[in-house]
Formats: sequence, C-alpha cells, structure tokens
Amino acid sequence: MNELVFFINNVVVAGSVTGSIYAMGAIGVTLVFSIMRFAHFAHADMMTLGAFVVLLLSLAFPGAGSVVGLPTAIVMLPIAMVVTAAVAVGIDKAFYKPLRSHGVKPIVIVIGSLGVTLMLQGLLRLFAGTSPQNMYVAERKEIYRLELPFEAVTRPVIVTEPQVILFILVVAAVVGLHLFLNKTRTGKAMRAMSDNPDLARASGINTNHIVSVTWIIVGGLATMAGTLLSMDVTFKPDLSFFLLLPIFAAAIVGGVGHPYGAIAGGFVVGFAETLAVFNWAVLLRPFQERLPDWLELPNNLAFVGTEYKIVVPFFILVAILVWRPTGIFKGKVI
Amino acid sequence: MPLLEARDVHGGYGGMNILNGVDMSIEADEIGVIVGPNGAGKSTMLKAIFGLLQVNQGEIRLRGEPITNLAPNKLVHMGMGFVPQENNIFPSLSVEENLEMGAYIRPSGVSRMLEQIYEFFPPLLDKRRQPAGELSGGQRQMVAMGRALMVEPSVLLLDEPTAGLSPLFMNEIFERVKKINAAGVGILMVEQHAKQALAIAHKGFVLAAGYNRFTDTGEALLNDPEVAKSFLGG
Amino acid sequence: MTTSKTTDRTAPRRLPLRELILFGALFVAILGVYAVMGPAYSTRMLVEAACYAIIALGLTIQWGYAGQFNAGVMGFVALGGFCAMFFGIPVNEAFWDSQLPGELGRVLLYLVGAVLLVWGATKLDRLGVPKRLRTIIAVVLAVVLYLVVISLLREVTGEIRSQAGFIGGLGLPSWIGWIAGGALAGFIGYYIGHICLGLRSDYLAIATLGIAEIIKAFLKNSDWLTRGTATVSPLPWPTPGPSDLGFVLARAVYLSLTAVVIAGIFFLLHRAYHAPWGRMIRAIRDNEVSSAAMGKDINKRRLEIFVFGCILMGIGGAALTNFNSIFDPQGYLPLNHTFLVLVMVILGGPGNNLGTIFGAVLVYIIWIMSEPLALFLMNIAVYIGEGWFGWEPPSNISSRALQARVFVIGLLISLVLRYAPRGLMPEKVPHHH
Repeated sequence: MNELVFFINNVVVAGSVTGSIYAMGAIGVTLVFSIMRFAHFAHADMMTLGAFVVLLLSLAFPGAGSVVGLPTAIVMLPIAMVVTAAVAVGIDKAFYKPLRSHGVKPIVIVIGSLGVTLMLQGLLRLFAGTSPQNMYVAERKEIYRLELPFEAVTRPVIVTEPQVILFILVVAAVVGLHLFLNKTRTGKAMRAMSDNPDLARASGINTNHIVSVTWIIVGGLATMAGTLLSMDVTFKPDLSFFLLLPIFAAAIVGGVGHPYGAIAGGFVVGFAETLAVFNWAVLLRPFQERLPDWLELPNNLAFVGTEYKIVVPFFILVAILVWRPTGIFKGKVI
Repeated sequence: MPLLEARDVHGGYGGMNILNGVDMSIEADEIGVIVGPNGAGKSTMLKAIFGLLQVNQGEIRLRGEPITNLAPNKLVHMGMGFVPQENNIFPSLSVEENLEMGAYIRPSGVSRMLEQIYEFFPPLLDKRRQPAGELSGGQRQMVAMGRALMVEPSVLLLDEPTAGLSPLFMNEIFERVKKINAAGVGILMVEQHAKQALAIAHKGFVLAAGYNRFTDTGEALLNDPEVAKSFLGG
Repeated sequence: MTTSKTTDRTAPRRLPLRELILFGALFVAILGVYAVMGPAYSTRMLVEAACYAIIALGLTIQWGYAGQFNAGVMGFVALGGFCAMFFGIPVNEAFWDSQLPGELGRVLLYLVGAVLLVWGATKLDRLGVPKRLRTIIAVVLAVVLYLVVISLLREVTGEIRSQAGFIGGLGLPSWIGWIAGGALAGFIGYYIGHICLGLRSDYLAIATLGIAEIIKAFLKNSDWLTRGTATVSPLPWPTPGPSDLGFVLARAVYLSLTAVVIAGIFFLLHRAYHAPWGRMIRAIRDNEVSSAAMGKDINKRRLEIFVFGCILMGIGGAALTNFNSIFDPQGYLPLNHTFLVLVMVILGGPGNNLGTIFGAVLVYIIWIMSEPLALFLMNIAVYIGEGWFGWEPPSNISSRALQARVFVIGLLISLVLRYAPRGLMPEKVPHHH
C-alpha cells in the first residue's frame, strides 16, 4: 500500500500543483490572446518578474509574515501583484500599443513580445543573479505529513504549506475571475471585445480601457502563479524557460480565448507531465510474483525521463494541433 | 428640421469614391429605405453616416447638428444606433448580456430598457440566458436590433436586416421595424427586398452607381413604373 | 507577366548609394577590429559571422519572403552541428568491435516493428473492427510497445555508454556532414511545417520554440550518441587545419569556403526570387486570400519555403560547429542562435538577401565587441561606486554584466520593429504598373 502513497505524492499532489500553476499561466495567455489576438511570449517572464518582486519585498520586510501568521511572501503577494500589474500595463503602453496602432500583423507583435522577454530576462539576471534563491527568507517552509489510517500504510502523504496555499488561491482566483467576467460590466465588456471587437467599439466600449484591465488581471495572475511556484521550489531567473511551452500547450489544448478551457488545459498538461515521468514499475512491483516468469519488470518504467519532460507538453501540443486545432473547448482563434 | 439629413455626400475607401453625391433626409417619425442594385453604394452610405468610412465631400446632419466624419462612439452618444449586416452580435454572450453591452455607455436605465426590448421582441425573453450565437438567424437579428435600441437612439440605421432570412422571418422583422418606428424611433435601412421594404417606408431612396436615381415616398416609388421596371424586378 | 518583365528591364538602374555607404561603413568597422584585436581573432570573428549569415539567410526567406516566424532557429542549427560532428569525427573502434552495434540494430528493428504494428492497428477498422475499439487497441498497443522498446533502448544505450563511451562518428569528410545537417534540419522542418503552416502564424512560433528545446534536450542527454555534456572535440575541418597552415591562414581558407557557400546560396536565392516562384511566394505573403482565390497551392509553397529555410539553418549550423571544432549540446543557446539571428534579419532588412548578410556581419561584430565593452562599462561603474559611495559590488559582477547584453538584444528587437520595421536595407519590391 505504500506504493499507493508514493503514487499519491508523486502524481496526485505533484500533478495538481503543476496543473494549478500551468492553469493560472494559461489563463493569462488566453486572456491576452482573446483581447489582443497575439501569443504573448513574455508571459512566463512576467511570472518570474512577479516572483522576483515578492522576493525583493520579503527581503525588505522579513518580519511581516510572523505578524499575521502567514509566510512573508504571501503577505507581500498583493503588493507585488499591483506592482507587476502596473509593469504589465506599462510594457503594453511602451512596446505593444505602438505596434498595434500601426496595424501590424499579429506575428510582429509576437516578435515584439520576444523582445520584451529578452529585456525582462536580462534585467532579472542583472539584478537577481543567476543562482536559485529561497523564497522563505525569514521562516521555515511548513511540511504537512498526513498519516493514512490504514495498517499497511507506513508512509505519510506529504503536502507543503505553499501547495496548500496554492490550491486555495487557485480556487479563489478562478471563482473571482468567473464572477468578474460574468457579473461585472467591465468583465462582460471584456468578453464582448473578445467576441467581436468591431461591434464592441461600435457599442461605445472603450477598448483601451479594456486592454489595460486585461493587463492588470494578467499581471496579477502571473505574479500569483510565479510566486507560488517559486515558494514550492525555489526562485530562479530562468524559471520562465520551463513554463513557456507548457502554458502555451495548456492554452491551446483548452481552446485559445477560453479561460475555462485554459484551466482544464493546465491540469491536462500538468497531469500528463507527472504521469509521463512517473515510474510505473513502482506500482507494478507488488504484483511481480503473480506475473509470469518470463516477464521481468525493468527498474525504470517511466514513459520519459525527467530530462525529457519538455517533450510531454510538446507532444500534447502537436497532437491537439493535428486532431483538433480549436482545442477541447472550441477556442475562437486558430 | 429633418431628423437625419445628408447632402451631396461623396466618399469611399482609400481615395476611391463609391458615393458620388447622395442626398437623403428623413423626419423624426419616419422610416426611410435605401434600395438599389448591388454595388450602388447602399451599405456604403449607411457606413458613411455612422462614421465608418471617410466622407470626402458633402455634409451630414443629425437634428441640424453637423456630424460628418464623427467617430462611431460619439454618434452613439448623440443618439444614433447602427446594426451592421454581419457580425452584429456577441455570439458567446447571452442575449441579455448582448443587450447590456448595447447600453454600455449608459448603464443607469438598463432594466427599464431591457423590459422595453423584450416587449418589442417577445421571443428574446425566453432565450435571455442563452448564448446569442445559438439562436436562429431571425432571432439573432432581433438581438442585434435590440442591442442598438438599448441607448434609446433617436435614429436607427439598419444594414439589410432581413439578409438570409426566410420570408416568414422577413415579414416578422418588418413588423418589428414598424413597431419600433411607431414608438418614436426614426429608421433608415438598406434592403434587398425592395418591394416589401418600400411598402412599409415613408421615404424611399433608389441609389445607382453612387447617387440618387429616384427619391420619393415609399408608395410613390412602388407605383412608379420606371422604378418597378429597373429596380423592383417588374 | 510579360509587362512586368519589360518594366524590370527598362527601369533605369539607380546607383545603390545606400548599400554602398552601409557596406563601406561595415568594411571600415571590420578594419577597425583587425587593427585593435589582431588578424587571428578578427578572422575567427569573420568566419563565425559568415556562418551566421548562412543561418540568417535561412531565416530571411522564412520571415522576409513568406512571413513565417521560426522561433526555434537554435534547434535546426544544433541539428546541423550534430551532423557535422557525427559524420566528421573518426570511427570509434571500441564500439564497432563489440557486439553492441548488433544489439542497437536489433532494438532499432524492434522499433520499426512496433511502429508498423501500431500503424497496422490504426487500420483495423478496414477489417470491420468498430472505430472506437480500434482506437483503444491502437493506443494500448502503442503504450505497451513504446514502454518495451524504450526499456530495451535504455538498456542498450547504457551498455554503450559503459563499454564504449559513445558510438563515435563515421569518419567521412566533413562536407558530407554539412549536407547531411541541411537534410536532417529540412526533414524535421518538413514535419513541423506540415502540422503548423495551415494554422495561425503564432502556432508555428510556439511549435518551433518547442522543437528546438526538444532537440537540445535530446542531444544533451543522449550520452551514447553525442557524449552529452562531456562534449566531442576536435572536429576535423573540411579545409586544412591550423596545424598545417597556422591560425590566420587556416581560418582565412575556411572563410573563403563559407564565402563560396554564401555566394552559391545568394545566387540561387536571387534567381528564385525573381523567378515566377519568388513572385508567387511574395504574392502569398502580401495577400493570402487573393492568391488562394487565384488557385495557388498556398500551403505547398509555404512548406517549400519553410523547409528550404531550415536546410540553410542546418548547413550554417554545421559550418559554425565545425569551425569551433567542438560539439557541445549545451552551447546551443536560444539567445545566440535564435534571437541574434532574428535581430540580424530584421535589422538588415527582411526579404533582402544583401541586407541580411550585412545585418549578420554587423550584428555579430557588435555582439562580439559588446562583451569587452560591457565589462569595461561595468568596471567603470564599480570603480565609481566603490570610490564615491563605498558600494560593495556583488562578487559575480562580470557574469552579470554579460546578462545586460540579453537586455540590449531585446531592446534592439523592440526598437527596430517599431521604428524601422523594414530594416536598414528594405526589400525592394518590384512594382508592376
């Protein structure tokens, strides 16, 4: 039965964590895509930037967490979200808006976003160095060990504090976004603009305002995802490198321009990754005695080694582009 | 003073004039219908009024105020509604949200206006929670018109509201147009179904090659043998 | 078509003043580098710039001719580099004398067999198997067979690594590796293009970005094939090496070889650009809808362009890696091998071959020279900071200074896109009146 716990720890928990991060990233990508119609390559670096702002704030006020009884990074998260959102709006004004108003093809803005990616990476490495840093500046990362009430189980299910916070915040973010998009006037206008930009303009919707609101949401969500990922692992300036392909794959799997699809896509990609690198031999080994003699289980029965993890989102991406380019939820833009 | 007046309008896309001097004018309680062959500049004229393309010469006035080349959102504020021929709804938004978007610039009286729109278009009431993209063609057209009516415009521009609809729906749409007009909204619409449209029109404008060939009351145009021969298919 | 030809011919040839001035300035800059850094260093720089020019020509036909954005140049460059290594380096006797080649062959045969079996399973519906059942059978079969083959492969490659190190090369002349590099890059490009070219252009960018990372991950982790992080060197040159001729002369000979390659590509591209094929490509780029309406097979043309561009990137990558004489999978950086090339193309003038070569040499000089310059500036900053404000700089200051170059490349992309989207030498679109 310990094998089952191993499975829960390495697939169920790890997959939910990765899935939540990818889902939050993919929502951002898909929102930008549906409002501005381009693939925002700098999104993963915005996540890194958000985490870096949190790190800086935590270094500046290391004691803030113990006052409220939460990790300092979480206390600093709202401030960092505001800062990153402002940066996101500024980046749009400085780099994307001029291209948009020139009426260039979307692919040119994609290249522009690559330029922004490099600028953000350069700045982050210049100021943050290249070595990994712990987001827990003053306190220790709590680890919860849940013993299961079965006799055969001796190992606990392990969940860390940032993971629990991640799950809570993901649910909160999704519910919040849902309410915003469906209940508020601005949220509805955002959906309207994503549906039919010309008609939105003809209805008197201020599209510049909607674009700014989109960047605020995107910057905020990116900060949240980047921070929680860095808290769970460590902060690295090249964090974005491992995120870009999975979050794009997630957005496309879910159907580009479809926020709920992005959530589903995030979990699909996250679980696919963890299932693919999971060593299935662990689960099969208890049944070794019952298997015929000629069938000897190899030590490693993972689909891909961890070093090839990046193949998984790519494979999903290609598969979805071949069979169903609109994604599982029928996205708008292909 | 006429509600909407256009005098000697020239305009088109990218320096090429499609309109070569169009005149039209409707009063506050009238239905004006623009008919004519393909390429005559009917839809172009509507877009020129709504500021969607450049007017190079001539003047357009709304209640006496010059509105030539004003931006669409300004015109919406001044009480003009426009229903494009295609892509005139937000397909993934519900019917009610579509209507709310029509009142985006004036969110105060939404619930009152919604009631009124459902009165104009009773079929929409049952479907108000349904995504507009799932409706039938006629109902979509109702959503589109309802959206434009949400700001209580004094004049409504309709670009071929019955395009692609079956005759049954076409008549229904024309009935609604009459009803809206009776509620005090001036209407200027472009129509392919010239006979049926002229039958409900107070004024008719027959365009050809970018200028007025005939301008008269709807009834007079219907009975004019020359108009009938060249433009109404005998 | 006939009228356009006559206008081409009778149009008075303007003196290409802009080109002359720009190339003159570039020449002066090169002379300056020679004067400061010495001939050995400067010739090496020129050879590398020439290799980048081949790669950039590949990107300019994809982006400039056809508007396809390939964000994974690095992957195709790495494939070229791998081929240059694999074909060029000597045969590894330790591997070929053992029983390992046979075992590896057996596993590869299993792989072929497994592929055929799965392919057969997808055709089961022809035999009356319900479609859903067929899909399930095919997927289960694929998963099981994949696991079997991958376990066997892991075993064999592990053996190769422990007994022979790696499988070594083929010991063929290097230029065969260059051609093979182009072919392999074109082959991969064909499949990527086949999947993505019918969709929005953004998807191509994402997919190429992905494939580049996968190629790199594969080359880095397949120790049995590439020695992975242990790197392979030296790679024999197709021209006489430095031990025969001395550094400067050997590099100069290599430079002339790359110059011949560039001249050949340039000639072919020039011909193609002005041929009906080139006109069709540009027509597709500028107005997809009307070209489609004229009955042109857009996707096939686009695929040709994309594959051709990838081939050039493969050849350029082979030439570059071969020159550096070391195959290090970790040395393939998206920054150098994708974004630098992108800057070369958009700064030089997308769609203008001459402009692309100009851009390649100019940007590469700036890139190379920016390293000492960045360190110099950083040292001044540190000096001022320490002397005036008592600031204590972080210890890894020099590695951080180099990161500033990443920022500069990004800024350069953004500025060029905004202020000179057609580059320093814009594509001259022939007007047909």
